[in-house]
Amino acid sequence: MKTARAAAIALLAVIALIALAPEWWATNRYETQFRATPDAPPSARFPLGTDALGRDRLSRLIYGTRVSFLLAPAAALLSCIAAAALGGLAGLAGGFLDRTIVAAADLFLSLPWLFLLLIVRACLPLNVSPAASVTITFLLLGMLGWAAPARVVRAAVRKLKSSDFVFMARARGCRPWRLLWRQLVPNVAPILLAQFWVSIPIYILTETTLGMLGLGVAEPLPSWGGLLRELEGGYFIAQPYLLAPAILLALVVGSFQLVLAREDFSI
Amino acid sequence: MKLRFAPPSIPMLLLFAIASTSAAAELHLTLHDEPKTLDPWLAADESAETIQYLTEGVLIRVNRLTQQPEPELAESWSISKDATRIVFQLRHGVKFPDGSPFTAEDVVRSFERLLDPALHSPVADTFKTDHGSVKLRSDGTHTVIAQFPTPTASMESLFDQVAIVSAKAPQRPYPGLGAFVIGERRPGVSIQLKRNPAYWKRDINGRPLPLVDSIRFDIEQNRDLELLRFRRGEVDMIDKLTPELFDRLASEAPGTAIDAGPTLDSEFLWFNQARRAPVPDATKEWFQSAGFRRAVSLAINRADLCRIVYRSHATPASGPVSPANKLWFKEGLVPEPFDPAAALKLLGADGFRLEGGVLRDQRGNPVQFSIITNAGSKTREQMATMIQQDLAKLGMKISIVTLDFPSLLERITRSLNYEACLLGLVNVDADPSELMNMLLSSASNHPWNPSQKSPETPWEAEIDRLMLAQAATADYHARKKNFDRVQEILHEQTPVIYLLHPNALVAVSRRVTGAKPTASFPHTFWNAERLSAGTKPQGGP
Repeated sequence: MKTARAAAIALLAVIALIALAPEWWATNRYETQFRATPDAPPSARFPLGTDALGRDRLSRLIYGTRVSFLLAPAAALLSCIAAAALGGLAGLAGGFLDRTIVAAADLFLSLPWLFLLLIVRACLPLNVSPAASVTITFLLLGMLGWAAPARVVRAAVRKLKSSDFVFMARARGCRPWRLLWRQLVPNVAPILLAQFWVSIPIYILTETTLGMLGLGVAEPLPSWGGLLRELEGGYFIAQPYLLAPAILLALVVGSFQLVLAREDFSI
Repeated sequence: MKLRFAPPSIPMLLLFAIASTSAAAELHLTLHDEPKTLDPWLAADESAETIQYLTEGVLIRVNRLTQQPEPELAESWSISKDATRIVFQLRHGVKFPDGSPFTAEDVVRSFERLLDPALHSPVADTFKTDHGSVKLRSDGTHTVIAQFPTPTASMESLFDQVAIVSAKAPQRPYPGLGAFVIGERRPGVSIQLKRNPAYWKRDINGRPLPLVDSIRFDIEQNRDLELLRFRRGEVDMIDKLTPELFDRLASEAPGTAIDAGPTLDSEFLWFNQARRAPVPDATKEWFQSAGFRRAVSLAINRADLCRIVYRSHATPASGPVSPANKLWFKEGLVPEPFDPAAALKLLGADGFRLEGGVLRDQRGNPVQFSIITNAGSKTREQMATMIQQDLAKLGMKISIVTLDFPSLLERITRSLNYEACLLGLVNVDADPSELMNMLLSSASNHPWNPSQKSPETPWEAEIDRLMLAQAATADYHARKKNFDRVQEILHEQTPVIYLLHPNALVAVSRRVTGAKPTASFPHTFWNAERLSAGTKPQGGP
């Protein structure tokens, strides 16, 4: 298991390196249409061939990796910050505030995400750049995804609040802020970290779903969801190189699961 | 105890033979969605229209191959000189499936029900004008007179859409006078149509039509699965293939993929010119300039759109009328050539200037706008992306926004909160009157500036006048002259940038005989009553 974990970390590190500076690795701009060679098979010039509009698939995959790989953690971070604040507050305060936050979390969990995203997207201004639209999409995902980790954080805080060491600290006259920073936060942090890692693949897959429906990142910016739409035609048997984004997606999502050791989930 | 396969006995072989014979008399087709209704007067979606086409009888049918109206339940007809009245002589000996005879009363009652405002039939709108609606009365048992409130061009073609049902029908849907009747219906799975035993038509050899016993429509939303089932021989014909799937089938099973040529449909782009639209004034000024619109039109490479997005199964468009529409297309009108240099020159004359790769207007505003289109349409998304790159060469910055269809409709018809839109129009009828609800400035579907109280530009006023004039006469030459001028104005003013006319791409199995695919809907089974289905050929569809 340790080997698999190390391999997963190494793979994620390599992909992160590529995603951070795609211009170093890509041989062409992702939006350039080589209209004389649409649907070209792999060659020295285009290692993964070209898409229906003659765009270099490898370059689009590299730039698409940047979009999906960097913005999903940002969305996960946003949702975890919101979850820490709201879940922590509910757990600590109890009473009416706890019930209100839990009810809000239940409401968010019962909302159909996809339809909610469709509605929000329809209300957004139209004349925004593709980069802005993708940032907004991931921000929305982050803002909508706080409920599940917030419930976990709340449960952990409630458990810690009634634990012996907190009771002893309070008995010794430890002030509330010190109690929070020295006793509670260090114990909740691993749980939040686990929630962060668990959320990343969820956001990647959500963007992929939106992209496959044609509602994800705006053209010409590539993302894994948009790239996976090429598989709709089922040509991957004759053209196995079309599977490259699917393989990369599976590897990344799997790696995120492997990076997180089982014991990290426990309180 | 061992299990083994038993060799088939002689009775079993006979059963197989009988089964294969009866299976051969059924055509297997697909619908992409469940029909929203089986009421023939409320059919508005393609699936419902398909069922209506096959199960209902009409007075006159427009032949999809020749585009000419042909007698059906009406044996003959005559139109008055002032184009306000049509007299139908009905066919004798026609019976409904319940055995009751077809008479003039059925026609009159059908129209009374169709025009009932409470029904809200989309077909009824065709027979209504500001001056009232069409009035029908019978004259004896086999003569019907239809009186229109105003002169109406090509009035006979309008009757192609109206299903005639029994006056005694207790409720709709009721078995009609079409070649088929609805048999077994499994919601979400399939609809089987059985041959109408009382159908009146016979072929040239006197055989009763239809030739097949039944048609089974399977509901199949996934186009790839539909093709796969065709390849397996489970589906006999596909009425609409995407260019991608068409090319795939053409390479895998040559002869079964048929390009029936340019359709009457068109794909186009337009700018929002509505004065009340919540769009910045500077942007509105660009869109209201004919020079700007023509420059954009010149900068779009239509040949590339046809070659790359439609894989050469489309024709560059010069206007709303497809060259396939031989009666009404204006000869000599050619698609705008791809000429970015000429586009820049036109923009320069309008005060635009290119600075550091960015096009700016007279006030220095960078030219940037968004194009909306419907999500899920791969071809439109690809066209928008190619247009984005073409216009980037002029220094324009374009954002592409894909929206789900209801949101898109809300923006282009109600809130008018958009800048440019890329969509398509499915044109069923070749007659120019079909375009009235799009070209009249007062129409709610007038794309660039809908529902105007009075025409806001002189050229729109001229289009209104010409369209109303062509609709008010039955003289083809007078109508053609007026409509030719409309096409010229649309070309000069470019309120809509027509991009291309897609071809009708269909698949027909080798076991089907009698199929003559056309560019008009329905492409493959418009002559369903004359189609026959043989046994499945060896080694393919």
